[in-house]
Amino acid sequence: MKFLWFHLMPYKELPADFKDKHRSVWVDIHSSLFDPKRAHHMYNEFLDELEYAADCGFDAICCNEHHSNGYGLMPSPNLIATALARRTTDAAICVLGNSLALYNPPTRVAEEFAMIDCISGGRLIAGFPVGTPMDTTYAYGTNPSQLRDRYHEAHDLVLRAWTEKDTFAFNGRFNQQRYVNIWPRPIQQPHPPIWIPGAGSVETWRWAAQMDYVFCYLSYYGYKMAQTVMKGFWEEMARLGKDRNPYRAGFAQVIGVAESRQQAFDLYSEAAEYFYGRCLHVDPRFAAPPGYVTEATQRAGIESQVKMAAEGKAPVAGRTSSLSSLARDMKGIVENGYVVVGSPDEVVEQLRELATTLNVGQLMLMMQFGNLESETVKYNTRLFAEKVIPKLRPLFSEWENRWWPESLRHERQTVGA
Amino acid sequence: MSVTTTETLDLWDGQISTRVHRAGTGDPVVFLHGAAGLQWDPFLDGLAEQFTVFAPEHPGTTPGDPDGIRPLDHLWDLVLYYDELLGALGLDSAAIVGHSFGGMVAAEVAASFPSRVSKLVLISALGLWRDDAPVPNFMVMTPEEFVPLLVADQSGPVAATLLAPPDLESEEGQTAVIQSVWSLACTGKFIWPIPDRGLHKRLHRVTAETLIVWGHRDNLVKSVYADEFRQRIRGSRVEVIENAAHLPHLEQTERTLELVNSFLQS
Repeated sequence: MKFLWFHLMPYKELPADFKDKHRSVWVDIHSSLFDPKRAHHMYNEFLDELEYAADCGFDAICCNEHHSNGYGLMPSPNLIATALARRTTDAAICVLGNSLALYNPPTRVAEEFAMIDCISGGRLIAGFPVGTPMDTTYAYGTNPSQLRDRYHEAHDLVLRAWTEKDTFAFNGRFNQQRYVNIWPRPIQQPHPPIWIPGAGSVETWRWAAQMDYVFCYLSYYGYKMAQTVMKGFWEEMARLGKDRNPYRAGFAQVIGVAESRQQAFDLYSEAAEYFYGRCLHVDPRFAAPPGYVTEATQRAGIESQVKMAAEGKAPVAGRTSSLSSLARDMKGIVENGYVVVGSPDEVVEQLRELATTLNVGQLMLMMQFGNLESETVKYNTRLFAEKVIPKLRPLFSEWENRWWPESLRHERQTVGA
Repeated sequence: MSVTTTETLDLWDGQISTRVHRAGTGDPVVFLHGAAGLQWDPFLDGLAEQFTVFAPEHPGTTPGDPDGIRPLDHLWDLVLYYDELLGALGLDSAAIVGHSFGGMVAAEVAASFPSRVSKLVLISALGLWRDDAPVPNFMVMTPEEFVPLLVADQSGPVAATLLAPPDLESEEGQTAVIQSVWSLACTGKFIWPIPDRGLHKRLHRVTAETLIVWGHRDNLVKSVYADEFRQRIRGSRVEVIENAAHLPHLEQTERTLELVNSFLQS
């Protein structure tokens, strides 16, 4: 099993009444809430935490891309990844990822990822998300009807830029370049492992399988709520004749480990409530710009909503129903299984259940969340590395992880081991 | 209500089937609908009493044919497509009435192919942008938010129709919701994130006699845009309609018809 330490880099000082006074943490969050001098400390603290995780023996450290977002301060994850590449030696650098459709030309992604791969000595995992509507269509103004087509074209361009030996001309619908010839080129050949963060879209699963990429389900809502999606994913893999290699799939999970369950509650409740209450306060109207999904997907969505309502599972309401019903207090957060908290043994058991029921071999751990104090983040990280990783490490050892930087495929030693 | 017939035209090298509603007799008038899709309404009934009205459905907005929009990528594709459509209707030179998004399309066609358009009526048209009067992003709004921008009388029948919650239990209700969102997607393809594709640079090419109709209280595309169009289209004139906002043809149908009919007959 692989353990990836994942940072969202949330702004840690959103006011207590944020949810009542502000419409959304994303897209139109007010600039007066941002204090650059405080952000200076946060960025440096966050980088320290990522480096600390690498020192503790996590297999990879991860960052991602968001725009105009109060819980994700990384519009450019490549800057962060580069800083991390300089300060670490044995952990993979996982960028999850670059929203391909937002780069003009997308060749920029091929170049920057090649730079990170060279600087890190071949440790890059390259993530290619389509991107949320908030990031792509609102903050960056991409036309929702063209986002996916742009994404696929950009993907093809980046792949060719990495793999073709001679300068070539690219004549796309959205991109025209007469001379594509990137310098530098990636160390990893033919290219760094490619991972696709996404949600429950069958088209994405099929495409990831067809391309032999890792599919990562980046839910913030825990493994109980992820069962349906991951079950659908593996059924689709079976239909496509793919094996059940758990390393085909990644999953993100918020974690809080301490000496005892009570201590874990004491240490992590406030930060968890900050994360689910303030950070994930996204105006639901931003979730579905017309054209972001096809008419058929839209139809399927309405039909399943109505069906669920008929079965008494959910109220039929407008576009706002799904988000507003989520838990925001620690009791609900834990009962609904959004977070995994407890003593090391309790966390081991929950993660074993997570990994085996979802059949996921690449585990992305959110051990900093909300406004968690940096010292507590490090405590969480170290305890997990000492007491949790060694017990779960052997899981799935019968499978080969073909989606990992080749030079790092040996087992890492964790701290205290 | 007038008797309408529909015909389907095979356009864009066989890739787009366009449904066109037709009613009335007399000289031809083409009506281009707004971003939410075509609804045959009393305004079109009134036009059909004097003219032969052709009301095409924008590609992709015809129920059952969502992919009709796929072959058109950019504004230039769209303008050429509408040129083909007018040709297929046998109209070498026609009067065009466009509302909102349809007004933008009508103006783009009139600027690109001046001889195609004999008379131009722009009702609350999109297509221009002023930083001092930004057009709100209506595609992100709930009915409670956009209705006050579109309608002058919040307790009148037009507001009531727009605010009526869809019946998601019925298939018709579901289809209506999907249809209206997908219509926004098909028109949004040419106006997201900002409804300006450079029309201001081309309006000087319009030779059609032009009438600009605006609701006095239009809070979506404010009436300063009426003036903006007037200044850029030679010989055009503006008629502002009281007690109306973005839908003057629905809220003040008689007054709008009176103005449009007499302009088209002159």
